Amino acid sequence: MNKFSVTDLTLKYGDFKALKNVSLNIAANEITSFIGPSGCGKSTFLKTLNRMNDLVEGCTITGQVLLDGKDIYNDMDVNTLRKTVGMVFQKPNPFPMSIYDNVAFGPRAHGIRSKSQLDEIVETSLKQAAIWDELKNRLKKSALGLSGGQQQRLCIARALAVQPDVLLMDEPTSALDPISTLKIEELALTLKKDYTIIIVTHNMQQATRISDKTAFFLMGEIIEHGPTEELFAMPKDQRTEDYITGRFG
Amino acid sequence: MMRSRFDEQLDLLNLELIKLGALCEEAISAAAKALLDNDAVMRDRAIAAEREIDQKENEIEAICLRLLLQQHPVAKDLRLISSALKMISDMERIGDQAQDIAEITRFINEKYISNHKNIADMARATIKMVTDSVESFVQKDLALARSVEAYDDVVDDLFKKVRTDLTRLIRQNPDQGDYCLDLLMIAKYFERIGDHAVNIAGWVVFSLTGRHTGELT
Repeated sequence: MNKFSVTDLTLKYGDFKALKNVSLNIAANEITSFIGPSGCGKSTFLKTLNRMNDLVEGCTITGQVLLDGKDIYNDMDVNTLRKTVGMVFQKPNPFPMSIYDNVAFGPRAHGIRSKSQLDEIVETSLKQAAIWDELKNRLKKSALGLSGGQQQRLCIARALAVQPDVLLMDEPTSALDPISTLKIEELALTLKKDYTIIIVTHNMQQATRISDKTAFFLMGEIIEHGPTEELFAMPKDQRTEDYITGRFG
Repeated sequence: MMRSRFDEQLDLLNLELIKLGALCEEAISAAAKALLDNDAVMRDRAIAAEREIDQKENEIEAICLRLLLQQHPVAKDLRLISSALKMISDMERIGDQAQDIAEITRFINEKYISNHKNIADMARATIKMVTDSVESFVQKDLALARSVEAYDDVVDDLFKKVRTDLTRLIRQNPDQGDYCLDLLMIAKYFERIGDHAVNIAGWVVFSLTGRHTGELT
């Protein structure tokens, strides 16, 4: 079943076409990796999936993005969209508040006030993000005192706290050490049974380790998209082959 | 050129595979001469070549493992390196079988060595198959790899002819039973060498297409 169905998406920053007639289906409960050289449009594409480009000056978007069959640019309130489609960024960005308040921030913004309900959400979210055991005795401490890897898993817990369906991850491990990276990867593999995960990564070993499907972007286009193992073992397009074997350019 | 270090290592892998292929050809050729010319020097050469083949196999295996460790190959590079790892096992077996042939020649009485045209043809055919299979890998020549697979029928037919000849010989000269069995073993070793060349060609097909011959539609 497709979670996202994108058809003929073109995105322009002023006169510059960052995405050119991109069409892509993204299956539910799978991990999809976006790979490609810097400036190829993969992060831009990721951001169109929860309309984070809306406020970029001069940005125009044509085409259609369906989430569970609903057009996210015409038939969906942006707050509902962002609750359904969570995002984790390259650099961990915990709010300057306690661990507990970071995770409770989203649910509170959506009107949940009950202490017991918030307690339960915080515990469940931290458990889902595989960081509960490390943090359960220091929930009132500042999130800024955590290590980079812990901060990133806290950000994932914060994203999960509003019970999204989709998790977008924009190079979520590029600032982390190998152990923290593997923890995030393990986490993604655990979470995919309940969530659809889309990850932008420059680490091709990471894409091969965790993703079911991979899409290769180049100069605003998707050159190739398919099962990760096939794309990395037997790419169909010479440009994909050149890029993944490091003979690009 | 990006990844020039990687490409240099792949060139080295190719070069070492050519050397291993040449050693295999030499081993088969020496074993055949040991038999057909009753040449003890050639027999010793085939036996020595087997040791060199083993050593070269180890060296190539180390190159492949280093490439996997350092370069994380994907796509055609991954197929090439994994195919090389499989091919060298077949080449090592070819060395063993050439040595086995050479060892048997110790027990073959000189006076019987005559008119082994079919065995000589088997030796020539298997040398050609090994040469072509290695050449197809180095030149990335899919058609040549497939021709090696097809050529196996020639060797199989020759084996059947040798077997028929030897059966007749045993019937006519029952006292030559031991000799005939030795020759049958030798023919079987040549036939197996042909099978290993087919395996090598099969890995070339996989390396170039991503699929094994039987999987191609």
